[in-house]
Amino acid sequence: MGMGLIDNLISTARRRSPWLLHFDCGSCNGCDIETLACLTPVYDVERFGVVNVGNPKHADILLVTGTVNLRNREVLAVLFEQIPEPKVVVAIGACGLSGGIFREAPNVVGGVDKVIPVDVYVPGCPARPEAIIDGVVLALEKFREKSKGKGEGK
Amino acid sequence: MAGTVIPFGPQHPVLPEPLHLNLKIEDEIVISATPAFGYVHRGLEKLADIRDFRQMIQVVERVCGICSMIHALTYCQGLESLMGVEPPPRARFLRVIWSELHRLHSHLLWLGLFADAMGFESLFMQLWKVRERIMDMNEATAGNRVILSVNVIGGVRRDLDPGQTGWILSELAEVEKGIKAMGRTILHDYTVQKRTRGKGVLSREQALELGCVGPMLRSCGVAQDMRLLGYAAYGELDFAPVVERDGDCYARCRVRFAELGQSIDLIRQSIGKLPAGDISVPVKGRPEGEIVARAEQPRGECLYYIKANGGKFLDRLRIRTPTFANIPALTVMLPGIELADVPVVLLSIDPCVSCTER
Repeated sequence: MGMGLIDNLISTARRRSPWLLHFDCGSCNGCDIETLACLTPVYDVERFGVVNVGNPKHADILLVTGTVNLRNREVLAVLFEQIPEPKVVVAIGACGLSGGIFREAPNVVGGVDKVIPVDVYVPGCPARPEAIIDGVVLALEKFREKSKGKGEGK
Repeated sequence: MAGTVIPFGPQHPVLPEPLHLNLKIEDEIVISATPAFGYVHRGLEKLADIRDFRQMIQVVERVCGICSMIHALTYCQGLESLMGVEPPPRARFLRVIWSELHRLHSHLLWLGLFADAMGFESLFMQLWKVRERIMDMNEATAGNRVILSVNVIGGVRRDLDPGQTGWILSELAEVEKGIKAMGRTILHDYTVQKRTRGKGVLSREQALELGCVGPMLRSCGVAQDMRLLGYAAYGELDFAPVVERDGDCYARCRVRFAELGQSIDLIRQSIGKLPAGDISVPVKGRPEGEIVARAEQPRGECLYYIKANGGKFLDRLRIRTPTFANIPALTVMLPGIELADVPVVLLSIDPCVSCTER
């Protein structure tokens, strides 16, 4: 009973204040600067309780921009592994979705979902800050489902 | 405790991009720094084999999203001189306007990230608030916030009407006000000076020997600026490169801050002198021969080597970007400083990893 209460509290707190980890996975910087722009006063995602963190172990949502290449695929997989459950992944930009304009380039593996499971896809080249915020809000919805599923499984 | 190696990156809170440094540390002091690359490498020069020379404009714009307009500009100027095309005067002035808008947003972005690197988060937020006005100008004039796609071989794709130029001028006045208000903090604040003065010093000789470019070189007293070549309409505008002497992080900060004012001035001059006429000329035929095209990016000199054979596809496209030239300076600047100062010194070169690795 007591544990259930604490679990509920944690899941509510997570949903109300999700912490983001942003990883640039071979993007042209276009999506990265738009992701950073979301944090700044004009778009200000902090009003949804969203905080950008640098440590994967503190994060709930992983934002990935850009194509996966042969070298950073391992870094991406390790980062994903280090984020505690439940977690959601948001792939941002045409490159993160499919490799975009670079999909035929020699060192490109393809979209983010070639390496880790992706929950929300945000299209655009680069994706607009509004679209990224929308993606994060959709991710929260997924996050709620995942936390619930986890609670019922216990 | 000799020689502890601390890996810095590839994922690090202070870096928006994955750059890896192996820092050899002794008592919190850095002894040596070895950069490692490849996390953003896509191999896009190779795309010239499967995309024709016109489609490559879209590819080179995505070498780097921060200075995408100037990448496309350099590439188009190279091809224009290969094909003997002269862009009309109006197009040349419009190119200057968009280049300088890009420089403004890039320098504000850098100043913000630099403030964030020393833990000055409110300054970061304020600078990015000002920057949003420039992004709005990009969007209103070119239709996109980041990747403008305005350059074509033989001119530009979009025109500015008098209403837009008037609006740009009034917005610039607001931007200037915002920058001026921030200037006091950036240039005279005790905390900022404490974190930047005398950190990561590079002498004039070292900078020249290591082949630094752009604000890195200008902060050491060398007045090198590719805009002095007079490409686009820079030959008809009045400006002088901003030069500082100290060669430390504070000097780099001052150079980039002064360049904000210079860019605003250049946009005003270009709008004042904007000639009437066409914005592009029709281009026929295919390029043949080889050429080196250069332009000044926010981070320094960008160099394109283009080799064409008269066919649809280029033989070779080689891009040398400014950060690629500035990274060797890190191996000289980082040894001898404290671990806590590494983010500040690293950010002071304005690293753009996606440019470097392409």
